[in-house]
Amino acid sequence: MSSLAQKKGFGATVWDYLTTVDHKKIAILYLMSGGFFFLLGGLEALIIRIQLAVPNSDFISAGLYNEVLTMHGTTMIFLAAMPLIFAFMNAVVPLQIGARDVAFPFVNSLGFWLFFFGGVFLNLSWFMGGAPDAGWTSYASLSIASEGHGIDFYVLGLQIAGAGTLIGGINFLVTIINMRAPGMTYMRMPLFTWTAFVTSALILFAFPALTVGLFLMMFDRMFGSNFFDVANGGNTIIWEHFFWIFGHPEVYILVLPAFGIFSEIIPHFSRKRLFGYSSMVFATVLIGFLGFMVWAHHMFTVGLGPIANAIFAVATMAIAVPTGIKIFNWLLTMWGGSMKFTTPMLYAVAFIPSFVAGGVTGIMLASAAADYQFHDTYFVVAHFHYVIVGGVVFALLAGTHYYWPKMFGTMLNDFLGKISFWLFFIGFHLTFFIQHFLGLMGMPRRIWKFLPGQGFETGNLVSSIGAGFMGAAVIILVFNIIMTQVKGVKVGNDPWGDGRTIEWAIPSPPPFYNFKQTPLIRGLDAYWLEKMEGKNGLTPAEPIGDIHMPNNSILPLVISFGLFVAAFGAMYRPDGEAWALPVLVIGLLITLGSMFLRSVIDDHGYHIHKEDLMDDDKGGKA
Amino acid sequence: MKARLTKWRLFSIVAIMALILSGCGEPFLSTLQPAGEVAQTQYDLMILATLIMVLVIIVVVIVYAVAIIRFRRKKGDTTIPKQVEGSHTLEILWTVIPIILLLILAVPTVTATFQLADTKAMDKKDADGNREALVVNVRANLYWWEFEYPDQKIITSQDLVVPTDKKVYFNVTASDVKHSFWIPAAGGKIDTNVDGVNTFFLEFDGEKSEEAGGVFYGKCAELCGPSHALMDFKVKALPQDEFATWVEDMQSAGEPKPTSDLAQQGQEIFNQKCLSCHAVSPEDGRPESARLAPNLATFGERNRIAGILEHNEEELKNWLEDPEQYKPGNKMTGTYGELSDEEMDALAEYLMGLKVQD
Amino acid sequence: MHAEEKFTPKTWPASPEKATLEGKNKFMGFWFFLGGETVLFGSLFATYLALKNKVPSDSHALTTDIFDLPLSFVATMLLLTSSLTSVYAMYHMKNYNFQRMQAWLLITVLLGAGFLGLEIYEFNHYVHEYGHTFTSSAFGSAFYALVGFHGGHVAFGLLWIISLMLRNAKRGLNLYNAPKFYLASLYWHFIDVVWVFIFTVVYLMGMVG
Repeated sequence: MSSLAQKKGFGATVWDYLTTVDHKKIAILYLMSGGFFFLLGGLEALIIRIQLAVPNSDFISAGLYNEVLTMHGTTMIFLAAMPLIFAFMNAVVPLQIGARDVAFPFVNSLGFWLFFFGGVFLNLSWFMGGAPDAGWTSYASLSIASEGHGIDFYVLGLQIAGAGTLIGGINFLVTIINMRAPGMTYMRMPLFTWTAFVTSALILFAFPALTVGLFLMMFDRMFGSNFFDVANGGNTIIWEHFFWIFGHPEVYILVLPAFGIFSEIIPHFSRKRLFGYSSMVFATVLIGFLGFMVWAHHMFTVGLGPIANAIFAVATMAIAVPTGIKIFNWLLTMWGGSMKFTTPMLYAVAFIPSFVAGGVTGIMLASAAADYQFHDTYFVVAHFHYVIVGGVVFALLAGTHYYWPKMFGTMLNDFLGKISFWLFFIGFHLTFFIQHFLGLMGMPRRIWKFLPGQGFETGNLVSSIGAGFMGAAVIILVFNIIMTQVKGVKVGNDPWGDGRTIEWAIPSPPPFYNFKQTPLIRGLDAYWLEKMEGKNGLTPAEPIGDIHMPNNSILPLVISFGLFVAAFGAMYRPDGEAWALPVLVIGLLITLGSMFLRSVIDDHGYHIHKEDLMDDDKGGKA
Repeated sequence: MKARLTKWRLFSIVAIMALILSGCGEPFLSTLQPAGEVAQTQYDLMILATLIMVLVIIVVVIVYAVAIIRFRRKKGDTTIPKQVEGSHTLEILWTVIPIILLLILAVPTVTATFQLADTKAMDKKDADGNREALVVNVRANLYWWEFEYPDQKIITSQDLVVPTDKKVYFNVTASDVKHSFWIPAAGGKIDTNVDGVNTFFLEFDGEKSEEAGGVFYGKCAELCGPSHALMDFKVKALPQDEFATWVEDMQSAGEPKPTSDLAQQGQEIFNQKCLSCHAVSPEDGRPESARLAPNLATFGERNRIAGILEHNEEELKNWLEDPEQYKPGNKMTGTYGELSDEEMDALAEYLMGLKVQD
Repeated sequence: MHAEEKFTPKTWPASPEKATLEGKNKFMGFWFFLGGETVLFGSLFATYLALKNKVPSDSHALTTDIFDLPLSFVATMLLLTSSLTSVYAMYHMKNYNFQRMQAWLLITVLLGAGFLGLEIYEFNHYVHEYGHTFTSSAFGSAFYALVGFHGGHVAFGLLWIISLMLRNAKRGLNLYNAPKFYLASLYWHFIDVVWVFIFTVVYLMGMVG
């Protein structure tokens, strides 16, 4: 590695991304594929709203509608929100803790490719006989009864993607525990890193429940077992428990990093340190902990009995307390600050009331006896879109604008950003606010059409118009991204001006080794501290020396591809296809074989030598 | 932008008020117009929760509005605000107050949860060993509902008939996939599982049901397949004496007696093509698994055809022509072959004449 | 310390598995992985308990009919002993005694293979003697899912340890492969602990009915 900065051809660049183990490039891969699935899920949402714009509509057929609604939910949660969260965790966490990479770069890449192939597999269902149609929750009696291969795509696709998420979670736990720069104590970690940490822990303990649920369903559908077959002694409620033991923490897996992003943006653009940092950390951990105790509030109407319902109702209400602490801390961070309304800050500021609205309806839903009326109605649809769009999607859009310069070295146009913000914000409230009332007026969720004369006409039309606004906002965002990258105006370390955490102290984008010298962290908001003392950069914790780097590898892609192949075999074997079993075996052999290779071929990485680093004085834009 | 934000806030408040004033949905369908004890309890909880939450929202919005108005950065302002670490007083305040607010909600929630689950009366027997409470067995199917009155030994489908001002107890279950039994105006809801039987009760207020026209809408609330959206049923709430008469009429109805030749013809076609699934007598001694389709004994008195279409002969013929068009994925399509126009006329005549009351 | 550095028993660090940053990361990451595995097995145990003896008709075998305590007791002893021998292997690994480590690992593998053999015999017995299969009832599904999942872990563990032994047979210990041996043994202990629960929950509690 004599020359760190060299131009590469197109083929070489593609190969580089296919084999990369660099967290910054993996972040870009996550961002691009997550963004693609977000557009896909958005398109599905628009189809839903077009279908429901008028009563008794025949825009799409009933069967197709159920496929679209299932894929909208599944895509948005597993293939859009999760990878976009992972994109920012990858892009930011190692930089925020002063690390040169994550703890397991190879596993990091494997996590991405598993997600990618799982997502592709799931979406191939559209072209191969129909998508899953039992809702993203895929409750057992319906999903077992569902004909065709739709549910098989769901089960196998999510199993593969879920494995990727699980190892990603482990990776970030170890990274945050072991790879922090000297002086970066736990209570000096930026809040985004904290939320990434708690989220990773939630992933670790929540995803295995989904894994088991999916395994049981896979066995039932493809291998003749009887877990959910009541006639043979099975029980369908087991699936509901597993799904929600995973599914409720999943909500916090998504929303905690969103809180983290806002906890970075609000202090940044208020020029003021986060109010009540330690109580924010405490609240994050507490939310993560309580997140595991409340899953049955999704099952109040299942008939678990009043004792279980009452316990889970009260436990659920308890989560409001740490969440409330967070809201007030953000408000008090802004109070007395010097607020600049850039696009990310607009999203952050809009998030607070939107999320409060979603939070209070959450409390209403927690009230078990009243939930009997809310459950499975549009009230619930409104509620979870308020928290997931108003919380998570706002954060992802804010994070896209906020971290874009750090990831790509260019700034998204702020004017276009604001236009798309206002369209999105107005469209969001227009779409979902009225749905609360539709639910209370008796409209169940997941309905293909509604008949006239029930008082649902106006509300649904308004809601559909709102969805159009959101669609327009996303188109403008995509346009903004393309224009920005075409122009390619480069920016410096700290393009937003008031950077506090240490990722803003290094070039945008950072060199592939991140930090030439590992920084010494002297307090919370380390870069801000240095700036306030009139310094330009971070205090190094070590002299310039050789840097150890991991090697690129194609194996993660091959391992994931093997499972992708095996999934086809597993799916078509029950149809009596002769090729299915061999394909299943070959796929598993590809995976196990490449795991074996990974195990027996030594991979010691390489070193960047001191002299090359010295030459690379511009900060090494590799 | 300041102005824009406040305007937006004002606009949404106005929008909420407009919604509240414009009514709260239809009286036969809306949870906001409770027509019975259960729905009323739930409505009261809703209102209590809403009041508490509005309180929280007001506090947040005031702090929020003042913050984003007062602390905007002027152009070229480079001052660094005071870096405040936190405030223990404030933090304790906004931890303790929410806890108190939640307790205010938690206590009635727990009480109501237990109260709504109290179905002990279902097991209570009088001196003769007869049950005092009225019990209905609800069985959900793709995409229709069966209502069996086990103590009265009668069965009906699609139109649930209940007495007003009296608790009605339900055993609910599903025979194919999971559904959910919901009568929004009277209260709800409970899942009909394939694994076992759930119990709960409802009560229908006499006055309210008069306001609602005597008929409430019922819905399936759990995704169950393509026609989930169309799995509606109706609830006829009758004064108690009328209900007693209805039960007697049902018990004495017996087999249908067609009154015209056309109907007679229809009966023959029916017996040949439909009877293996559809029973036409309210008393059906066969086990649940043999009752494959809605009981049609009261078909002529129904409120809707197939739960969704207007109740007239024309819609009935449309339905018989192509059920798939109206309820995709239903189990009736293709089970009885093509019907000629004459057969259709006869069948419609016969079906519309299936009544238990005069 | 460099990963491929040559060592003598004197210079060999006390905790070779955690002597490098990579080793430390692997050590911690693997513990987290086992945490996830615990939830996984916990879910399977819950499924088993929910579906235990749930069969469509009286003609199906129940726990009290099929389990043979002496057989599963022998299997348990084999696996417990193999856990002990893997401790010996790690003891020698820490003392930089490669040959003895390999020897004890070999014994571990043999014991593990014995356990697996018994399990295969047992499953075969249930299938042919009682018609108790993966597809015969919900009880059968849950039983084979839990016990079979564990069996799959044992098989994977065996393959893992064998590949490590063969791969490193000629070059001995260094700080690059020490963590690998250590993790394999950790995994083996975990499998053993899970089996203790299976023995208690499935077999012992199954004898009572």
